[in-house]
Amino acid sequence: MEPFFDISVITDNFTYFMIGRYPHGPLGGVGLTLYLAVASCILSFFGGLILGLLSVSRFSIVRYPALAFINLVRGMPLLMVIFWMYFLMPALFGKVAENNTVIMALTLFTSAYMSRIVVAGIEGIPKGQTEAAISTGLKQWQVMLYIVLPQGLRNMIPSFVNQFVSLIKDTSLAFIVGVSELTHVATQINNRTMAFPTEIFVFIALVYFIICFAFTSLSRWLEGRLSWSKAN
Amino acid sequence: MLNYTFNWSIITSGQYFDWLVTGLLTTLKLSAVSIVLAFVLGLLIAVMRMAHNRPVRWFAHAYLEFFRNTPLLVQIFFWYFGSYKILPTFINDWLNETGFEFAAAAIALTIYTSAFIAEDIRSGVLSIPKEQMEAARSAGFSYLRSMQYIILPQAIRITIPPLVNQFLNVAKNSSLAMTIGVMEMTYQARQVESYTFRGFEAFTAATVVYLALSIVITALVNIYNEKVLMAHKAA
Repeated sequence: MEPFFDISVITDNFTYFMIGRYPHGPLGGVGLTLYLAVASCILSFFGGLILGLLSVSRFSIVRYPALAFINLVRGMPLLMVIFWMYFLMPALFGKVAENNTVIMALTLFTSAYMSRIVVAGIEGIPKGQTEAAISTGLKQWQVMLYIVLPQGLRNMIPSFVNQFVSLIKDTSLAFIVGVSELTHVATQINNRTMAFPTEIFVFIALVYFIICFAFTSLSRWLEGRLSWSKAN
Repeated sequence: MLNYTFNWSIITSGQYFDWLVTGLLTTLKLSAVSIVLAFVLGLLIAVMRMAHNRPVRWFAHAYLEFFRNTPLLVQIFFWYFGSYKILPTFINDWLNETGFEFAAAAIALTIYTSAFIAEDIRSGVLSIPKEQMEAARSAGFSYLRSMQYIILPQAIRITIPPLVNQFLNVAKNSSLAMTIGVMEMTYQARQVESYTFRGFEAFTAATVVYLALSIVITALVNIYNEKVLMAHKAA
């Protein structure tokens, strides 16, 4: 009788699960998943910061377009954003590598969510500080840059980490446009071996879980630490 | 720059229009089934998460952490490709007869969403002063009955706006069901695209539908917040 849970399919393909065909071919598996998540996270930090600042601007000519864009993206499924990028990017820029298409889609999508965190962080700083800073003669942008953002950004760190966890989970959708990250690698191995879908998908679920849970725990720990240092 | 002639007529009538409408109906059906089941399951997990019995509490905690920290797509693949080994034969037979794609997507969405709903309900419950539980217990209600009659009716009223947002999330997340062949909105948009090479029109249509859904539902939540919660606070 065959074993209920045959892990040989995991051990035989372990390197492929982790890094794809690297270094003899392109990076794949967990390595690519992390690459996509980190790249999109860094880009969408800046995207979210810019969108967030625009959406609280005093000038309605920038505020309304920013809010419209944020709500447009937040109303769409990520899969839809990926398809849009998949069709738009080649039409606009010619040939674009699939990895970059996905990073672009994840960045647009996550920036919209990050911008909400940025706004919440800015609004969490007492208004008195802005008023005090303005009365010392600072300009509006100086107040934002030197007084509000440094404090606000620190409070946003736990939410940013949570957003990074969402990003790691979201990279699995890159599968749909044929980017060989962990989920894609798993479906490949599943198609090739045929007999072990349970083993394969439980295994990659565990891999995602370990990575995401580590960061979720980090975010909780940071939250505790930051609120502790604020109280003192 | 963009060099493309739009042709909207193909998606506003005829066969392709019908496909998109069927897609929308499937999306709504899948989301409705999943949100209702996810609410029931989420309520159960939330109550277990706050129970006094340690193994029960730990089980609920593990459930929450596991399903919240795993991608929905992987969960869909697990239920679609890999669940036959852990499910009893009669359930497998029934699923194969009734169209497994829809069921697998509904199961995955239900379980994934229930973990988020459970946390929403839990924070609703935590916002109810704990003296109410103590008062109920000292009046002779058991833990479950205090939950049922005193705590949950109040907590769920507070939880309704986040729950409605969860419905929106489910509607958006249900787009992932296309990967296993459920013919919902995104699947049909993709289908129209591959039959007509009219990707922009097809995806615009799907985007507009998703947006309309989210605008309508967000507006409803805002009205509820203003009318019900504010009125409740003022009273």
